Amino acid sequence: MKKTMSEQIKISIKNLNFFYNNKEVIKALNLDIRENEILSVFGPANSGTTTLLRALNRMTDLTPGARMEGEILLDGKNIRSPDINISELRRKVSMVFEVPTPLPMSIFDNVAYGPRLSGVKNRVLLEHTVEESLQMAVLWDEVKDRLHNSAMRLSGGQQQRLCLARILALHPEVILLDRPCSGLDPVSTSKIEESLRHLKEKFTIVIVPHNVQQAGRVSDRAAFLLMGDLVEVGLTAEVFANPKDKRTSDYITGRFG
Amino acid sequence: MGIRVNPRTTQRIAKAVIWSAAVLVLLLLFTIIIYILSKGIPHITWQFLTEIPSDMGKSGGILSAIVGTLAVTIVAIVVATPLGVGTAFYLTEYTRESGVTKIIRFSAESLAGIPSIVYGLFGFIFFVTYLKLGWSILSGGLTLAVMILPTIIRTSEEAIRTVPPMYREVSFSLGGTKWQTMTKVLIPSALPGISTGIILGIGRCVAETAAIILTAGSALQMPTSLFSPARTLAVHFYILASEGISLDNAYATAAILIILILLINIGANLLINRFVAKRR
Repeated sequence: MKKTMSEQIKISIKNLNFFYNNKEVIKALNLDIRENEILSVFGPANSGTTTLLRALNRMTDLTPGARMEGEILLDGKNIRSPDINISELRRKVSMVFEVPTPLPMSIFDNVAYGPRLSGVKNRVLLEHTVEESLQMAVLWDEVKDRLHNSAMRLSGGQQQRLCLARILALHPEVILLDRPCSGLDPVSTSKIEESLRHLKEKFTIVIVPHNVQQAGRVSDRAAFLLMGDLVEVGLTAEVFANPKDKRTSDYITGRFG
Repeated sequence: MGIRVNPRTTQRIAKAVIWSAAVLVLLLLFTIIIYILSKGIPHITWQFLTEIPSDMGKSGGILSAIVGTLAVTIVAIVVATPLGVGTAFYLTEYTRESGVTKIIRFSAESLAGIPSIVYGLFGFIFFVTYLKLGWSILSGGLTLAVMILPTIIRTSEEAIRTVPPMYREVSFSLGGTKWQTMTKVLIPSALPGISTGIILGIGRCVAETAAIILTAGSALQMPTSLFSPARTLAVHFYILASEGISLDNAYATAAILIILILLINIGANLLINRFVAKRR
């Protein structure tokens, strides 16, 4: 396996249609996500970006009235086939939400939550996983002396990096980030973006950025969604420098949205 | 055009009204407690606490009634807590709003409003006679369990609903199953609220008389098993006072009852606070 951006397809979305109570929010979408790339999926509000992200690890199953047609293949295997274990799927394809949500327990217990659910009890192993994950999320130095304090007392930016560490502890293959910096200050945002650039070497990352600039800064490729349609996808630099579709250029230059 | 009152004056009047309401309630509460304690405590002796009643309660102590109260309450709580909390979790987590949930909720709300004597009658017919459990701690405890079930269901349901929905999403997104999410996140987060319901339930159990007389009886001797009849402190107090057996001992019993409830509340609060402090 190559460490740089490869051509290998990690997730393949085929003819995806998505409905909430028969209202179509994603229309006949085809998109490949490559291994070890950062793909940003951007677009104005209500364009289906969050839904697309949540469909990738079937978090949409939790929403009443949600219905999906088409295929999503992870390493060539349909994530909706009956022999898929949904807990395993969500450990492989893990998600950080828009609102930083630490669980009401200690920093350590938050990061160890996922591994413990999957049955890891060994204290030494857990400690190792927690430290490694916090290091990768660029949070270790700030919390190493108070791992057993409540996570609720961390600042917003720290909480969001904790959420990132929490999914890294699952040793996922794909990381989904839904506007992970929308409520954060510029310093916290740049810390998270910095960790993403390192994480790319090990993981495949799909991010819904909270603004167009972030898409430009962090991603290798960018996909523009508008009202459930995939308008354009390509290398980020190209999409930004000379968009093929007028709607894309209008959105990027701020003419609407 | 109405009269314009200076907002600051309105503010002052509101403050005075609210303050006096609070002070009045506190006064009332303390008057009752101090009155009973001052009348009762002088008659509490070591003997009173450690002996069983003799001469219908005119002399001797109340040890059997203390034991009876604790036993009946423990049976009720042990039975009602898992049933009530389980129902609350079913209603909030395991089903979507439907006809069934509406019926369960409506039944629970109706049950909460029924006078306790009706529960007593039901317990007498069902547990004492039909199931042949006789007048016993078990019959009394089960009857009280049915009685406090609605309270526990409703308070637990409220408590579970106030757990932020994102906690569920996070737990599921980290590969948690429904059961893991419930035991590791929802129950701990809802515990303070659930305990409030249980404490309210304990209070009602300890204070109950009518339902107890019909189902556990009013025996004076020391209960020896779950199948023994028993008298609780509240029943003992009621009989001592209403039949004019001994007003002094009645007040002493009431004082013990109040102290017992205070101890249970303080103990429960300490436990909850210790648990919650770790998670904040």
